[in-house]
Amino acid sequence: MSERRIIDARGSYCPGPLMELIAALKLLQVGDEVEILSTDQGTARDVPEWTAKVGHETVESGDKDGHWYVVVRKMK
Amino acid sequence: MSKKILIVGGGLAGTIIANGLCRQISSDIRKGDVSITMLGTSETHMYQPGLLYVPFGKIRERELFRQQRKILNKLIIFHVDPAANIDVEGKQVTCASGAVYGYDYLVLATGSRLVPETIPGMAEGAHWLYDLDGARKMRDALAEFSGGKVVVNVNAPHKCPVAPLEITFMLKDFLEEKGVWDKSQITYTYPIGRLHALEPVAEWCKPAMDESGIKYETFFNTREVDPQAKTITSEEGVTLDYDLLVTIPPHRGAEVISESGLGDGGWVPTDRNKLLREGSNDVFVCGDTTNIPISKAGSTAHFEADTVIDNLVSLLTEGRWARNYDGKVFCFVETGLKTGTYVWFDYKTPPNPGAPSQMIHWFKLAYNRLYWLSARGLL
Repeated sequence: MSERRIIDARGSYCPGPLMELIAALKLLQVGDEVEILSTDQGTARDVPEWTAKVGHETVESGDKDGHWYVVVRKMK
Repeated sequence: MSKKILIVGGGLAGTIIANGLCRQISSDIRKGDVSITMLGTSETHMYQPGLLYVPFGKIRERELFRQQRKILNKLIIFHVDPAANIDVEGKQVTCASGAVYGYDYLVLATGSRLVPETIPGMAEGAHWLYDLDGARKMRDALAEFSGGKVVVNVNAPHKCPVAPLEITFMLKDFLEEKGVWDKSQITYTYPIGRLHALEPVAEWCKPAMDESGIKYETFFNTREVDPQAKTITSEEGVTLDYDLLVTIPPHRGAEVISESGLGDGGWVPTDRNKLLREGSNDVFVCGDTTNIPISKAGSTAHFEADTVIDNLVSLLTEGRWARNYDGKVFCFVETGLKTGTYVWFDYKTPPNPGAPSQMIHWFKLAYNRLYWLSARGLL
């Protein structure tokens, strides 16, 4: 059964949301999802750009309550 | 009834906490009201940032080590007996020897480890300096290197996030000093879409690399290394040739953490302000061991350790919480063999590195010795 893990990277300057996402995906199974929360506006652009390059799926993204969120599904 | 503090891990975080506690509550320990026990994995304590200088012959190996027993306050009970199982429900830790230790407060400071074996071909085909054996092999490889393609490859997650840049710039200076830079080419690869996780550092180092003739490849997450063909290939589909591959291998936390069910990958889910394990009020987590999305670095461990000390002392002596961790991190950045800069930030303050200077490089060299005062809880 797939799971969704939340990474709260709000206020995290280093290593930052995308690096946290990459590290988290290495520990998950294909089909699992990660929801990353970030106060860095670049996250909403960088994460989908990377997932498209590498072959994972951006399930949804947007902003709510003053932060950005992106949900990624591990595809391989 | 004596209160028992049990510290698992004898690296920087555990050592600062143990010594810092002794400085504040030594009278309570002498009276038998409190005991501090540390469970380590080695008789020796290594200054890990010093490994940066080993491949370039800029430090003597013996400068990296001290006897752990001599660093620790004499009031601390120290056992070299690695933890084999941590039971936070039963409030006890079982060691490799079979010995069992109970606690009133537990500190998890088990650190991180390199896992090059998780990427096919990496252990066989790459050099690294994040452990002594690797740094020695890299020193030997550099001594034989007469020019060619060098790839400096960074993988996630990794500790000491400025070290990959330091390695790259120091390597360039080293090859110049060796007289083979005109026959060499360095390509630096990084997992995300810029050259460093910290945006201001990335903005600083891009023109610095351009000026130095260092090439770079972003969005590069290593899929495999082929030691025979001497190629490294990314998940993003890029393949690079190399004559010398220097990697920062991916890291994981300690096996005892994951095997005890305390966190996937060896990282313990931790409250970013209180530094308590999620779901516990008697288990502190410090340094690389946490899953907090923050730099895994000695300075992080140091500032976190100061917070843990204050809170443990306050809980023991006043029965109340003292203060929260503010996310502070401070890192020196060596920008070559003769210059350096620094960067600091916390949860609310973005980083803003200054211009590199020789003076900051000298201060970093001084800190290579001042470290031992930090470990003793004096600095």
